[in-house]
Amino acid sequence: MSVHPGPPADASAPPAMLPLVRPADQGLGELLRELGTGLATVVQKDLLVEWRARAQLVALLGFSVVVLLLFSFAVGPDSNVLARHAGGYLWLALLLASTLLLARSLQVEVESGALESLLLAPVRAPAIFYGKAMANTVLLVIVAAVALPVDLALTGAQIQQLPPVLLAIVLGAAGIAAPGTFYAALTARVAGRQLLLPLLLFPLIVPALLASVKATSLSMAGDPMGQLPSWLALLACFDVIYWSLCGLLFEKVVET
Amino acid sequence: MSPLASAPAVSVRDLCRRFGRRWALARVDLDVAQGERLLIVGANGSGKSTMLSILATLLPPTRGTLRLFGMDPLQDRLAVRRRIGIVRHAHGLYEDLSAADNLRIRARLVGRSVDVPAALRGVGLDDRTEPIRTFSAGMRKRLQLAALELESPDLVLLDEPFSALDPAGCADVAALVRNLPGTVLMASHQVERASAICDRAILLDQGLLRWAGPASQAAQAWKAVQLEGSARPSAAAVTA
Amino acid sequence: MTSRSYTLGLVFTLLGLMVMAVGHYQGLFVAPPEAMMGDVGRIFYVHVSTAINAMVFYLFAFVAAVVSLWGGRRAWDATTTALVEVGFVLNALLLVQGSLWARPTWGVYWTWDPRLTTSAVMAAAYFVVLLLRRLIDQPARRSMATAVATIIAFVDVPIVYFSVKWWNSLHQPMSSGKTIDSPMLVPLAISFAGTFLLGVGITVLRWRTETAHLASEAQAPDLPEVPTPLDFDIQHDRA
Repeated sequence: MSVHPGPPADASAPPAMLPLVRPADQGLGELLRELGTGLATVVQKDLLVEWRARAQLVALLGFSVVVLLLFSFAVGPDSNVLARHAGGYLWLALLLASTLLLARSLQVEVESGALESLLLAPVRAPAIFYGKAMANTVLLVIVAAVALPVDLALTGAQIQQLPPVLLAIVLGAAGIAAPGTFYAALTARVAGRQLLLPLLLFPLIVPALLASVKATSLSMAGDPMGQLPSWLALLACFDVIYWSLCGLLFEKVVET
Repeated sequence: MSPLASAPAVSVRDLCRRFGRRWALARVDLDVAQGERLLIVGANGSGKSTMLSILATLLPPTRGTLRLFGMDPLQDRLAVRRRIGIVRHAHGLYEDLSAADNLRIRARLVGRSVDVPAALRGVGLDDRTEPIRTFSAGMRKRLQLAALELESPDLVLLDEPFSALDPAGCADVAALVRNLPGTVLMASHQVERASAICDRAILLDQGLLRWAGPASQAAQAWKAVQLEGSARPSAAAVTA
Repeated sequence: MTSRSYTLGLVFTLLGLMVMAVGHYQGLFVAPPEAMMGDVGRIFYVHVSTAINAMVFYLFAFVAAVVSLWGGRRAWDATTTALVEVGFVLNALLLVQGSLWARPTWGVYWTWDPRLTTSAVMAAAYFVVLLLRRLIDQPARRSMATAVATIIAFVDVPIVYFSVKWWNSLHQPMSSGKTIDSPMLVPLAISFAGTFLLGVGITVLRWRTETAHLASEAQAPDLPEVPTPLDFDIQHDRA
């Protein structure tokens, strides 16, 4: 088969292309295995990158502690007020830390063309999304694990029931991580992305924020009316909706 | 013989790609047989990288049709991507990880097992634990080639594989490329070195395919188009 | 895309303005004053019709965004943009009207009423959609981002509403949706229809300008000429 130098002076058209070939369909089992491997590898890769560059993670932890300190300074020494809003401060600190974490998580992929490398491996877009979102959830939980005791120490609040707090932290972190990963990818190559990410993310996660703060506060101050399960359920619903929706739309984001 | 086995590795008709008001590629027709090694020659901005990005399914064409191994990348993107690999300036590696880590992850992503120390030795890297952030450009390129060898795709796309390498490095890369099985499309400024390891060559000039022929004539074609360019009155002179 | 759409847009806009004027006049001056709030309650006609219309246009925008994302034609991108913009303007008006209404009735400009909070969050979310559009210049990516952000913003609306309502109900019950007597229903319906028609008219006109803008952006210069074959004497290798 020869290489054609473009239509020469006597304008003979290049030979028609051969008919289209379609590959064999991938079986469901194989598809799931491929997705699973891709997802697991992305999670492992993300956590490994964070571990190797852990100085940045430590800086992030420091940032969240500083935010908490600032809150307690700004609010003042009234211990009642502080204790009552301990849940709010915690989640605000987490939210602010998340914008830094999420932006960096996608920067890693975009700066050296690693995202395209993943796509070409090939790894399906949903596997990339869920892998990164899971890794980001884990990292946010780590930040929360450090921020929570600091918050308790600064505000004098106490935890009445621990399991709901832990559950709220995991669900809340997931609620921030999924839309956050999604929007970080959307804005990764846009001018003004550092500003865009919080602007996009914050209105969106208002429900998750409300529910997380409520659940955390009730676990700390006591829950006389038994509302905790409802708030946790709301948070779980939010997570399900956004993990599905963002996973569905992610392909469009990376393939454009 | 199954249809996939006899399909050309690459087949494009009237391939065009526009960025804003500029046509980066225009009216390109090309067929590359499986196993063929094609050199793409051209000045900066002639459309070489654009063409390779399109063939790698990273960029959609503005116009025209593209078939890789007979398949349409728009319809069967994953099946196509399973068979291609690209080495270019954006190295796709993780700067915070070591060379070994990068290879191990890549191996998992493409579903192969790898003997990491051997793979690294094969490209002249040793099994250091430092992150590749400390690597020189040449070392990064070697790592990319190790990753490529690991994946051993049926269609290999190389965008300036010799850039940022010293002569020894270039010789290593040339040897590596020569030994690659499958189809190879390589864009390079180092025409002499590249034409020695390729069968055929094409020349792109401002997005247009100007010439095609044996790789041995590539250097002369390149010289000819450069002469043509200098003979043309410059834009400044025309508008004066 | 012809002057037919211009005429259509203009007709709807004018019709909408007229109907809206009738409805608002009826509501603001003619209909009986509201039982509890007196004349202050008259803003209800303007406010409610604005609110419902904002939601309607956001719903249309959601549908347009879905089509734009999976259909991909430029016209749908323009439609999504136009609908989001109209929805956003209504949303912003809604916030202002809500504040104006809150002041005499509750004594404050702002309160954690679930509807007011939801509309504030919505306004922020859709504002960012429009901001995104300004900041991305590649057409394909821009239309994808617009569509995606619109879809996600819309899905969020009911969730925000319910979570704030829930959160709020724990503090104090807010006076909310009352049953509407029939003398009030008619001016409300007219106001709603008028605002709706006005919104449609402006959407059409905005769609026109956006489509024209996108088309001019997409205008491609001609393809370069078929190349002349390269001319050189082939010298065979000595090797």
